[in-house]
Amino acid sequence: MSTAAAPPPKKVNRIGLEILSYKGSKTTLCAGCGHNAISERIVECFYELGVQPWSVAKLSGIGCSSKTPAYFLGQSHGFNGVHGRMPAIATGAMLANRTLLGIGVTGDGDTASIGMGQFMHLLRRNLPFIYVIENNGVYGLTKGQFSATADIGSVLKTGVINELPPFDCCALALQCGATFVARTFSGDKKQLTAILKAAIAHQGLAIIDVISPCTTFNDHEGSTKSYSYTKDHEEPLHELDFVPYYEEITAEIPAGETREVQMHDGSKLRIRSLHGDYDPTSKFEALRTLDEASRSGEVLTGVLYVDTTKPTFIDMLNMADAPLATLPESLTRPPKSALDQVMEELQ
Amino acid sequence: MSTTEVSPASPLSGESQQPVVNDFSIQVATVNGSGSQTANNVLMRSIFQMGIPVSGKNMFPSNIQGLPTWFTIRASKHGYIGRKKEVDFLVAMNPETAREDVQKLDSGAAVVYDEPLKLDAVRSDLHFYPVPFDKLVGPVCPEPKLRKLVRNMIYDGIVAWLLSIEMEEVHQALFRQFGKKKAKAAELNWGAAQAGYEYASKTFTKTDPYRVERMNETAGKIIIEGNMAAALGCMFAGVTVVTWYPITPSSSLVEYLIGYLKRFRVDKETGKATYAVVQAEDELSAIGMVLGAAWAGARSMTSTAGPGISLMSEFVGLGYYAEIPAVIFDVQRVGPSTGLPTRTAQGDILSTALLSHGDTKHPLLLPSSPEECFQMAITAFDLAEQFQTPVFVMTDLDLGMNNWMADPFEYPTEPIRRGKVLTAEDLNRLGGFARYKDVDGDGVGYRTLPGTEHPAAAYFTRGSGHNEKALYTEREDDYVNNMDRLAHKFESLRAHVPRPIVDTRPNAKVGFIAFGTSHYAVEESRDQLRFEHKFETSYLRLRAYPFTEELRDFIRRHDRVYVVEQNRDAQMLDLMRLDLDVADIAKLRSLRYYGGLPLDARTVTDHIVLQEGL
Repeated sequence: MSTAAAPPPKKVNRIGLEILSYKGSKTTLCAGCGHNAISERIVECFYELGVQPWSVAKLSGIGCSSKTPAYFLGQSHGFNGVHGRMPAIATGAMLANRTLLGIGVTGDGDTASIGMGQFMHLLRRNLPFIYVIENNGVYGLTKGQFSATADIGSVLKTGVINELPPFDCCALALQCGATFVARTFSGDKKQLTAILKAAIAHQGLAIIDVISPCTTFNDHEGSTKSYSYTKDHEEPLHELDFVPYYEEITAEIPAGETREVQMHDGSKLRIRSLHGDYDPTSKFEALRTLDEASRSGEVLTGVLYVDTTKPTFIDMLNMADAPLATLPESLTRPPKSALDQVMEELQ
Repeated sequence: MSTTEVSPASPLSGESQQPVVNDFSIQVATVNGSGSQTANNVLMRSIFQMGIPVSGKNMFPSNIQGLPTWFTIRASKHGYIGRKKEVDFLVAMNPETAREDVQKLDSGAAVVYDEPLKLDAVRSDLHFYPVPFDKLVGPVCPEPKLRKLVRNMIYDGIVAWLLSIEMEEVHQALFRQFGKKKAKAAELNWGAAQAGYEYASKTFTKTDPYRVERMNETAGKIIIEGNMAAALGCMFAGVTVVTWYPITPSSSLVEYLIGYLKRFRVDKETGKATYAVVQAEDELSAIGMVLGAAWAGARSMTSTAGPGISLMSEFVGLGYYAEIPAVIFDVQRVGPSTGLPTRTAQGDILSTALLSHGDTKHPLLLPSSPEECFQMAITAFDLAEQFQTPVFVMTDLDLGMNNWMADPFEYPTEPIRRGKVLTAEDLNRLGGFARYKDVDGDGVGYRTLPGTEHPAAAYFTRGSGHNEKALYTEREDDYVNNMDRLAHKFESLRAHVPRPIVDTRPNAKVGFIAFGTSHYAVEESRDQLRFEHKFETSYLRLRAYPFTEELRDFIRRHDRVYVVEQNRDAQMLDLMRLDLDVADIAKLRSLRYYGGLPLDARTVTDHIVLQEGL
């Protein structure tokens, strides 16, 4: 008698890979940390879209958030750099190999304090790159000091009250040139997934500011970056549905009530507004809506802005189509005649 | 009419005055922003074209317009191209400094000056040639607003007559300087030079002894700035990603490079660039981009000066520890802090060799000449990729921004060396790899590039503690093993850096050690010591750190060894102390100059004469 059934076929994505190929090592962050949820969404999104793991470069700065690239996409090259300077490393990497899909993970300290300069210049350059800010308003690894995204009046566990106004990374991103700007919440699985997928499809700089509560240092009464505060104050702009280019449209959102943003690769981001007739292609509207939300204490989430037309930094540099990194010597060392010509001019 | 006033008691009156041929220096004192650079270059080139070894040094302020600038041209039949301390022939165009410039001259020097300055009243032991520049410029330059610029070309004509520089050579140098596109400007300036020449020939009686005579010592030579030479080296090294932040005196290196890349590195078929250049927001970002690009496989570089080196410190430590190639040019200027931004020094040696926190050390290449700027740029890229570490090329303002006579550069004969990079095929064969494992015994591991089409290609690069497999670790043994391997890697590098150039003289008890632009003063000083004091010396010219066995041997063969360098704290000597035995260290003496001007031979000679009791 045999009771053994044939093992169920392994579940694979459209390029034949199991989800295991997208996982990283075990997280060492605190239980319940918002960052872990974000890592899980990254794994799912890359798996579901069938992105080749070897085609991805994942980068980070320093801090709790910046540890996370070790916890997803184990078959992708990773680079955990120095504090606040991931944008520079990312820029170099993308110039060296324009075929890479780059994703960076950073925190609010990494981006809005020590790395503010590099962040601003990354925005200005519109590097094709996904930039995820895991925003919890505190420094975790150094045990709970305020960061520059902490809201006025937010209280630390020690009773210290933040008196300085926060930087709004999304507002900065809008003003300084990012072409995809979104805010979401690590606890909003559906929205985070749609935004990440759209960012993967976007050609240009995608800034995703994810409110990602720190369970250890900033999840208490009086904090404005806690789970309960964010849940109570989250105000989604719209419902989002990402339709990849290789799929038939079977959207959950009924047509007719939606806007549709056509991404570069042919994918579509379908948007059903919950907030009047919010137009995510208007930078002015995005800034105005963000400002209103911050005055009323709402955590406005969704795709604030998307521009699929602006040239990227790589486009502007008129670089060869093949990666610069592996161009043959015949293309990178001019012939002797070139040197002879220059020498003659100098005689 | 001659207005040269010579008192009977003056040393100038002696009829036995011998002509001084092809062995003097001219100093042109002007106001920066007045367009004198063109006139000065034409003057220098004219002498060069007459076959006479020549060098040009610009001493300029950190300012755009209105402050004093001095350009020194040295003609030397012996081929000395270092700075000569004494000025023999002054062209005083700057009212602000003219009196002081004249007061500094040695007796018997010649002075061409703007007549209203009345410099002949300052001293009576000089040869004065007053020129009414404003009167002369009017007829040759009808456009009043151009007169300020054209006026300078008049002194080229004056000096040409006084020094017997052939006007055909001035003509050629001038038209070459302006190029075909500015033919009209060239004609205007040529008119001014001729007016100067004519005025001098009609007005002056030559009383000074200085003049040139045609030689044949410059045939086939080029004149080039070190920054331009380094830029060419980078292009022929196959650089693909260049990042920079403007800073004097390194900016022109990247600016020249951009020019060459646009000219020679755009694929003719596709019209696409085989490179990327980014002007970064600061030096932190510049070096960060270099590391990101090199990590992803590009040949990447940046160029900076001392303040930039300080800012790059943290990233360079990452490059060292995470083992990422990088080429960094440090065109040194006077520090600390902002220091003297437009003056030269060799003051970043120690801080750069050990740049960043924790135990770090980095190879330094030390070019002395444009030829070496070119060659060592290529070597730097090869070493950086072969040893997966940041490599510094240490030049200085004198070498980088001044004009040097050089031999034409030789096209590289060796192919580009990309170091240990595993491909997907290699990984198929090997099954996998450990990024930081010392497989070959040289301390250098194998790396893969992002984008390599293989599931086992990826590894995780980090500046935090890591083991052979590039996994995070805080274990004592992992840390120590890794640091020891890095030290071993640095040892392996010793065999691959450029060797010193050694000239050991039999019976010489005293030796010199120098590097970079200090070479020219030492070379000339050795001759001064030989001819003036019958004192023979040996010489080792360092070309790289880490040091090689030749250094120890050289010190052991001599009783005393003078380490010549352009900084206050004997930085290179300090660096040697870390490597050498006590007995060897005891033989070292320090000879330092740190006034911001290129080191001159007389300063070196005077020091040795005093120390050695000659």
